[in-house]
Amino acid sequence: MIALLTSILAITVRAGTSLVYAAIGETYTERSGILNLGVEGMMLMGAATAFAVTYWTGNPWLGVAVAIAVGAVMAAMHAFLTVTMRANQVVSGLSLTLFGTGLASFLGQRLGPGGGALVGLAGAKFDPIVIPVLSRIPVLEALFRQDILTYAVYLLVPLAWFFLYKTRFGLNLRATGENPQTADAMGISVARTRYVYTILGGALAGLGGAHLSLAYTPGWAENITGGRGWIVVALVIFAMWNPARTVLGALLFGGINAVQFRLQAAGAHIPAAYLNMLPYVATIAVLVAITWWEALSKRVGAPAALGKAYMREDK
Amino acid sequence: MRIVFEKREAVSRSASILVPVVSFLISLVLGAILLVASGVSPLVTYAAMAKGAFGTWPVFTETLVKAIPLALAGLGVSIAFRMQFWNIGAEGQLVMGGVAAAWVALFWSGFVPPALLLPAVIVVGMVAGALWAGLPALLKAYLRVDETLTTLMLNYVAILFSQHLYHGSWRDPKGYGFPGTAPFPEAAWLPRLAGRAHLGLVFALIAAALLWFILKRTRWGFELRIIGENPTAARYLGINIARNIVLALLFSGALAGLAGVCEVTGIARRLQQGLSIGYGFTAIIVAWMAQLNPIAVPFVALLMAALLVGGDQVQIMMHLPAAVGQVLQGLILIPMLAGALFTEYRLRIVRSRPGAAPASRLEEVRP
Repeated sequence: MIALLTSILAITVRAGTSLVYAAIGETYTERSGILNLGVEGMMLMGAATAFAVTYWTGNPWLGVAVAIAVGAVMAAMHAFLTVTMRANQVVSGLSLTLFGTGLASFLGQRLGPGGGALVGLAGAKFDPIVIPVLSRIPVLEALFRQDILTYAVYLLVPLAWFFLYKTRFGLNLRATGENPQTADAMGISVARTRYVYTILGGALAGLGGAHLSLAYTPGWAENITGGRGWIVVALVIFAMWNPARTVLGALLFGGINAVQFRLQAAGAHIPAAYLNMLPYVATIAVLVAITWWEALSKRVGAPAALGKAYMREDK
Repeated sequence: MRIVFEKREAVSRSASILVPVVSFLISLVLGAILLVASGVSPLVTYAAMAKGAFGTWPVFTETLVKAIPLALAGLGVSIAFRMQFWNIGAEGQLVMGGVAAAWVALFWSGFVPPALLLPAVIVVGMVAGALWAGLPALLKAYLRVDETLTTLMLNYVAILFSQHLYHGSWRDPKGYGFPGTAPFPEAAWLPRLAGRAHLGLVFALIAAALLWFILKRTRWGFELRIIGENPTAARYLGINIARNIVLALLFSGALAGLAGVCEVTGIARRLQQGLSIGYGFTAIIVAWMAQLNPIAVPFVALLMAALLVGGDQVQIMMHLPAAVGQVLQGLILIPMLAGALFTEYRLRIVRSRPGAAPASRLEEVRP
């Protein structure tokens, strides 16, 4: 039983790392009032470029750096289109996913040796690092036999929470997403804030993608994200735009996969599809509940200006 | 001196034609840079793509095959978008249409006469798509739950449900483990017109004409347009917004559902893997590129389908990744999105006088 729990926790945390990175990034982006549905495309591009760079240089850190940069550049495009050019955020995000998925697939077939495919190649990767002492705690040991990017996520989560709720920058960010007119009047540059946090979100999505191709399932495979970018969008809502709660969401989304894998191995007859649906149905339920709640008190929920362009010239 | 955006009184007609054309040209140039960087001639590639999508009658019918679901779902999406209802659930509505069609085709043939089986398949499939869009519409109309997010979530529920069916309880026992249902009885096949292009083409053209008629010539269409353009005015006119949202979304989902019906009864003739390949997402882009104009939707769908089929062809002929088509699809959108601004705003260069700056700044932030 203990061994089973330990292995479920280990798989869940490993699977959840990329989700948490990208979800924290998307949380910040959405907090500034920008919805970026390009997460899937940015993660795929992050995964593809991280692996390609690592394969050619042998240095996974360089791969991580490039993935972050690629995610940031793609997000900057989204920011330019939606903030400066006031483009429709849904369409811009979708086109980023379309473009990223296509380009990642294209690069995956061209960046290998001799202009060939990257599929099936092995390169440097991040191996698990066992932390002494802590890795002897029953069950929780699973948390301390992870790779370095997962350990970094343990630090990122409280940091992201603190930044958002306890610093001036975080306050300005939240104000921009809730009420850009007021934020503007307070002297916050709405456009700059939205640029900064949209780009930050893209960088984190690229980093999440890098974790997939350098640690979780090392190597490149067509569509390596398997829809994780979309799960991230769901997860941000599920976590009610709170970076700390994204961990709970990632544990739920990642854990269901791990549990279901174990249940099937044990011969249980719960159709996998219904278990897999659960997080999405739960997300809808959360959405309905917070909307209801919002009607009672205006305290929780989506950033009020999420998805709406802001232009001073408009009244 | 600085540049300001000034809202136009009305959407600029010349800009709304010029922007897509210029965007398409820009995307070809950007794509050419990518192709040159990977060591192939862009002109040869583009010629091969065009030939691969339109060059011969058989490949043209394949382009039509992909254009049909894009046009149907794109029309569906365009009704929702007209009301500022961001339905990004066309993929799920399409899948549910396909699932319901498979249900009727596989299990109703015992008690429905063969002549009525196909009509029953189509109607039930459309109803399923409608209901899948109706749920988020109800949540939006009566509880104000954000529709972008609920429609997105329901896509996954639908996709997982369909996978469960063709991997599990509906799987063909004689299929040697192939993930798919048994083939449909012949009475449930959608007639094919040429190659694999099927009757769905006619449905798409009828739907486009019908939608145009509804929007331009009927009271309901007038109400939908007012709600989208000016909800406050709609309220003063006594238009029931909640009811219209639900009705429009039932219509929207039914069209996406019809796209799913056509896919399973016209192409695969069974429910199998490959029903959800992103048509519903591309349909959003189709609707938006067509500027929600129902007459333009089929043409844009044809262009997007041509990029997909052309991409497949360059893979076969030039051993280039088929993803070229998808990259180009993405690349058209980026300049188009940027250019959309010019249809609604005009740029004006303002000379600022040093002394006047603070006052004008105050004026600008006036809520």
